[in-house]
Amino acid sequence: MVNSSLLTVNDLRFERDDIPVINGACLTLNVGEILQIEGPNGSGKTTLLRILTTALQPSGGEILYRGQILSECRFDYLSNILFLGHQSALKLTLTAEENLSWTTSELPGSVSIMEALEQVGLRGYSDVPCHKLSEGQQRRVALARLLVTNAEVWFLDEPFSALDKQGVQFVEQCMERHIKGGGAVMLTTHQPIGMEPVRRYSLVGSSVGGGF
Amino acid sequence: MPESNRGFSAYFRRDLLLAYRRRGEVASPIIFFVMVATLIPLGITPEADSLKELAPGTIWVMALLATLLSAEGLFVSDYKDGSLEQLLISPNMLVMPIFGKVTAHWITTGLPLTLASPLIGLMLSLPSVAYLPMMAGLALGTGCLSFLAAIGAALTVSLQKGSLLLTLIVMPLYMPIIIFGSAVMQYSIDGMAWSGPLAILGAMLAVAIALCPLAIAAVLRLITIN
Repeated sequence: MVNSSLLTVNDLRFERDDIPVINGACLTLNVGEILQIEGPNGSGKTTLLRILTTALQPSGGEILYRGQILSECRFDYLSNILFLGHQSALKLTLTAEENLSWTTSELPGSVSIMEALEQVGLRGYSDVPCHKLSEGQQRRVALARLLVTNAEVWFLDEPFSALDKQGVQFVEQCMERHIKGGGAVMLTTHQPIGMEPVRRYSLVGSSVGGGF
Repeated sequence: MPESNRGFSAYFRRDLLLAYRRRGEVASPIIFFVMVATLIPLGITPEADSLKELAPGTIWVMALLATLLSAEGLFVSDYKDGSLEQLLISPNMLVMPIFGKVTAHWITTGLPLTLASPLIGLMLSLPSVAYLPMMAGLALGTGCLSFLAAIGAALTVSLQKGSLLLTLIVMPLYMPIIIFGSAVMQYSIDGMAWSGPLAILGAMLAVAIALCPLAIAAVLRLITIN
């Protein structure tokens, strides 16, 4: 199983103002796997994702990407991850298409922007400024970023918030297709996921290792 | 090199597009610049001789304030909507997108200020010989102002009300630019060669282009990482 492990986290710690937020988290993310990070509010789910996307610096512990220490393969790693946070990173005065074109300039992909917008159910909205879209529709524009890039590992922070039923189903389908294509997903959500191959990792007693 | 170029042009074009969509907001520093300059002859004296004395300093102080007014938003909206975080975790060098953003800021503030300056020169009865030096000096000087203001904007990005602190941080850094900028105009009014102070302004801009993006990148990482 060593070869299929994309991401290995050993004894990860994070402190904010001397208060431990994450205390020795150990987990692995394998190819073709969806890992759901669980835990009550404030247990450090978002913090964990932000550390793994290198937006935050951990206080201790190590992160390995394909067996290599992260700092040694930073460019390679960052070219292969996609992070979708609470904040949509959308510019509201720009149109959906313009927002996405800026994403693809950073992480180019194979699906065209128009196709991606059509898949998220926003056909015909490509030249509407995002502030005229509803919150759910804005969320869909943000989700279209999943389709237009070729990132291998997806970090999704509450991807289902503000989405309707079809939207949730759509995200689940995307994740399923993504892991079948050799990717991996790590997500946080409070909603139960309707798909099967989900492994869970609980952050409550984070000194306990991950598992089923 | 193509990689870094893409980072520059992507953010340069994006920020220009954003500015174009918010034209009214972008125009306000320029309107401020022109309006305050109108008040000077009304408030002090309409006499051409006294105004001529005041003009270089006034124009440069106005340019400084107008740049500061617009600098606060340079990174704040990116910070709030999460796109700054996306920028920080992008695999490409952070310096080039920042360079692109600051250049776009100069295009939307410094350049229009420079182009509007003859109007103010007219109101402050600036001698016609000083128009060209004024515009050349402003073009180079506002570039420096944009880069320095961007450092302040990066330092105050996470604060709720950062504009006053931004002003306090950046003001001292503006002093050399003000001194040499108004010297360019003063020299030309006095009939001396003004290429010396202008060259110093150019040198300061070169240093700012080379070093400020590095400083801004370091500051943004430092602030968002905690």
